[in-house]
Amino acid sequence: MRRETWISFGFMAAGLFLVVAAWFGDEPFTITLATKVVILSLAGVGLNLALGHGGLVSLGHAAFFGLGGYAMGILASHAQSFEPLMIGAWALEGTKSMPLIWLVAMLVAALFALPIGVLSLRTSGVYFIMITLAFAQMIYYFAISWPAYGGEDGMSIYVRNSFPGLNTLDPIQFFILCALILAICLVLVDRLVKSRFGMALEAARQNPQRVTSLGIDTFKLQLTAFVISAAITGLAGALYADLNRFVSPSMLSWQVSGEIMIFVILGGVARFAGPLAGATVFIALEHFLGGLTEFWQIWLGLLLLVVILFARGGIIGVLAGERRHG
Amino acid sequence: MLKSLGKIAALTTLLLAGTAHADPVKVGMITTLSGGGAGLGIDVRDGFMLAVKQSGNKDISVVVEDDQRKPDIAVQLADKMIQSEKVDVLTGIIWSNLAIAVVPAAVAQGKFYLSPNAGPSALAGKGCNKNYFNVAWQNDNLSEGAGAYAKATGYKNSFILAPNYPAGKDMLTGYKRTYGGDLAGEVFTKLGQKDYAAEIAQIRASGADSVFFFLPGGMGISFMKQYAASGVDTPLVGPAFSFDQGILQAVGAAAVGVRNASQWSKDIDNPTNKAFVETFQKEYGRLPSLYASQGFDTAALLLSAMGKADVKDADAFRAALKSADFNSTRGSFSFTENHHPVQDIYVREVIKEGDIYTNKIVSTALSGHGNVYVDQCKM
Amino acid sequence: MSLSLFFEQILNGLQFGIMLFVMAAGLTLVFGVMGLINLAHGSLYMVGAFACAAVAAATGSFWLGLVASLAAAAIAGVIVEIVVIRRLYARDHLDQVLATFALILIFSEATRYFFGSFPLYLDTPDILSGALTFPGGFQYPAYRLAIIVIGFVVAAGLFWLIGSTRLGIRIRAGESDREMITALGVDIGRLYTVVFALGAALAGFAGALVGAIQSVQIGMGEPVLILAFVVIVIGGIGSIPGALVASILVGLTDTLGRTLLPIVFGTFMDNSAATSTGSALASMLIYILMAAILVFRPTGLFGARG
Repeated sequence: MRRETWISFGFMAAGLFLVVAAWFGDEPFTITLATKVVILSLAGVGLNLALGHGGLVSLGHAAFFGLGGYAMGILASHAQSFEPLMIGAWALEGTKSMPLIWLVAMLVAALFALPIGVLSLRTSGVYFIMITLAFAQMIYYFAISWPAYGGEDGMSIYVRNSFPGLNTLDPIQFFILCALILAICLVLVDRLVKSRFGMALEAARQNPQRVTSLGIDTFKLQLTAFVISAAITGLAGALYADLNRFVSPSMLSWQVSGEIMIFVILGGVARFAGPLAGATVFIALEHFLGGLTEFWQIWLGLLLLVVILFARGGIIGVLAGERRHG
Repeated sequence: MLKSLGKIAALTTLLLAGTAHADPVKVGMITTLSGGGAGLGIDVRDGFMLAVKQSGNKDISVVVEDDQRKPDIAVQLADKMIQSEKVDVLTGIIWSNLAIAVVPAAVAQGKFYLSPNAGPSALAGKGCNKNYFNVAWQNDNLSEGAGAYAKATGYKNSFILAPNYPAGKDMLTGYKRTYGGDLAGEVFTKLGQKDYAAEIAQIRASGADSVFFFLPGGMGISFMKQYAASGVDTPLVGPAFSFDQGILQAVGAAAVGVRNASQWSKDIDNPTNKAFVETFQKEYGRLPSLYASQGFDTAALLLSAMGKADVKDADAFRAALKSADFNSTRGSFSFTENHHPVQDIYVREVIKEGDIYTNKIVSTALSGHGNVYVDQCKM
Repeated sequence: MSLSLFFEQILNGLQFGIMLFVMAAGLTLVFGVMGLINLAHGSLYMVGAFACAAVAAATGSFWLGLVASLAAAAIAGVIVEIVVIRRLYARDHLDQVLATFALILIFSEATRYFFGSFPLYLDTPDILSGALTFPGGFQYPAYRLAIIVIGFVVAAGLFWLIGSTRLGIRIRAGESDREMITALGVDIGRLYTVVFALGAALAGFAGALVGAIQSVQIGMGEPVLILAFVVIVIGGIGSIPGALVASILVGLTDTLGRTLLPIVFGTFMDNSAATSTGSALASMLIYILMAAILVFRPTGLFGARG
């Protein structure tokens, strides 16, 4: 195996060890924190597919993260109030079942990503960054002023949704569930990246003219990557809303887009475990520094700066010691 | 290992002898200590800590955490306080949307929540809970006070504006409830908006005889400065949030003379308030704000209940809280059936005292005022 | 809506737009010449406002504060360029985004460390306070008129600087061919520092001017930063004329949208719902404008490259 693979697995093993230790040491909050890391990593895995492998720097992934969250919130609230959700003529029953909610969350995110992708892919570079931001901001402002589901207040669902055979309110069980989903998505994305599709996507990032001259439609390629990426981030949004039992427009804000992007860059762009490493380090620092000083963000900023200036290729890149192409 | 990462921003244990009750009370305070809204959280914390310190009660310990004004962070901190810190009482949240995210889950797990600032209608009506006590106000209260003042003054044609989000809409509803006159215009602004030229032009053109606005924080500072510069002289009224001690200095002369509604003012004449204003200034080197008084009262209420009942006996402790047997900085204070304050709402006027801009009380807008959501609340 | 109210709203849009231009000009220059995405541009706006407020409070003179805002932001710009930004020119945009995001954290919390958590006081100078009354009874705040004038003077100065001075020739050369002007003996490192300091000074200047009628507080730079990015993207990155047109377009769209949309909705909805829906749509309007322009012109109105 390559050194990067070893490091990735070592990293995950260490994380799991910490969680197990926390479980035996009766530290439920550490497990909750680890669950947060896992879910945000999943959002990062989604973005990494578009940003790292596809070269599509989206500053609008909070839209998909938040849409996933709202899919959860809306379905669960209708299930709790026993009022069907009316979409045009047909009525949709709410649900508290996680697998169903996840499916809807991914579908909703993908459905939004399709037109956003079609329009955004007309641009590239910084224009792409900004047009994706524009779409996310539209959804954000809509959510704030739309009264039906709480507006800026958001909505609480009080009890976590259910998964057959599990007590999802138990921190360790919910953690295991999220960790399994992350693992599955990591494997799927990894296989996708190494497939013919992934190769072509990578090639389209590095040299679109050459790929086009081979008769491959780069637009379709990138659009597909963008939509899959959005669906994964949407799934993460549904999980995140379930972790907090709460969803609000703050999940849609551009700061969230920025944070997910920072996880990816900090961990290492287009690296298998990059988002996981980035999210772990960022959240651990946030948590640890926050306990030391009221002005912890200064130190967080300085640390980030040092990493970016002196450790090229993110955390995984530095540890693995190999540079990626392009 | 991650245990060592757990942060305890302030752990207060005090030396002097306290009350006789055996079980200590652990308080978890989740409030905003960083970023643009930090001033409010810092004031609540400082007011709370001042009361704890003055009481000399060694059976109370307080864990303080920064929510960064993000609802998801606040929810996670609440989980931490309940799961790891095993607190008995939660408090500290400044913003309504954060309170709505945190409070229902916390009280459902049997914790007490004492609100030192936010009072959304959702938690006063159908969403009320026997373990949730609001020590500040129901969100509509100060706007109702402003509306009552407008009515008493004889205003008949108000122009009203607030940001387009739930708290903003609540405020306008509260004003309309007691005001009763016509509306020259009703405008919702963008949340976080800093330029009000367009709205001020509309006010000028509307022929209104008064302007009611709810624009907390930087939004209010911007609005008042621009309003003063615009040459429009229609009188302003508003709830106290835009006239708070913390931001008045930033507004400066533009605010002088403006009437605002508040349940507290530094010149309320009672011994508790006098001592509070004096000791707060001595301790922290600045004048206390509305938020500081609310933090102080929250701690005073909690301490009074600790003197009467054991926190492990939830029913007794709840009854002790409900009796509100403490000396409030606002004078008379009791709870409605949905655990929100019954208190006087004053009309204050912004004045310049030496070099400092502050408020003085002009009249009482509403006496012994409760809230309209009592009937919707079934505990 | 009466004609004079409409005219007043046009002026308001113009004033909002021209301040956005002063802010966005530096951003677009830095991107055009150095290829750098600088998220910390909003922090320099904040530095300018705080410097102006602090100096105005200490000396009692708004004008000295304004000078201080230019100086403080330029100095902060030079320091940041030499210590951090310089190392980022050769990196890809992602590294730049992360590094300048880190700078935002440092700037914001360091400012809070030195100035406290409460907003600072900064008011308009006495001679510009109050409103001017025009023939026909039309009133408009003197300070806002001054801002419009100053904004256009700055714009004219920039056009002159870029179009007719040696520095401008170098800047334009740097935009089109970096290697060539190095080969011609121009100290490219120093040119970059100067351009960055110029952009920083403009941002700080805008922060001080706007701070006088808004609030001087931590985090004031980020909303403006987003708007400035919207402006430079609509205008076409690197283009000063593009930034000017785009900023006025954004200013007018936002201001007129806020006032006209509720009226438009009021024609077929009841009053309260119309103001609510209208203002919701108004807050999304500039993003709709940006997306629409980019869909039809993927490199902005005046942009040449992606």
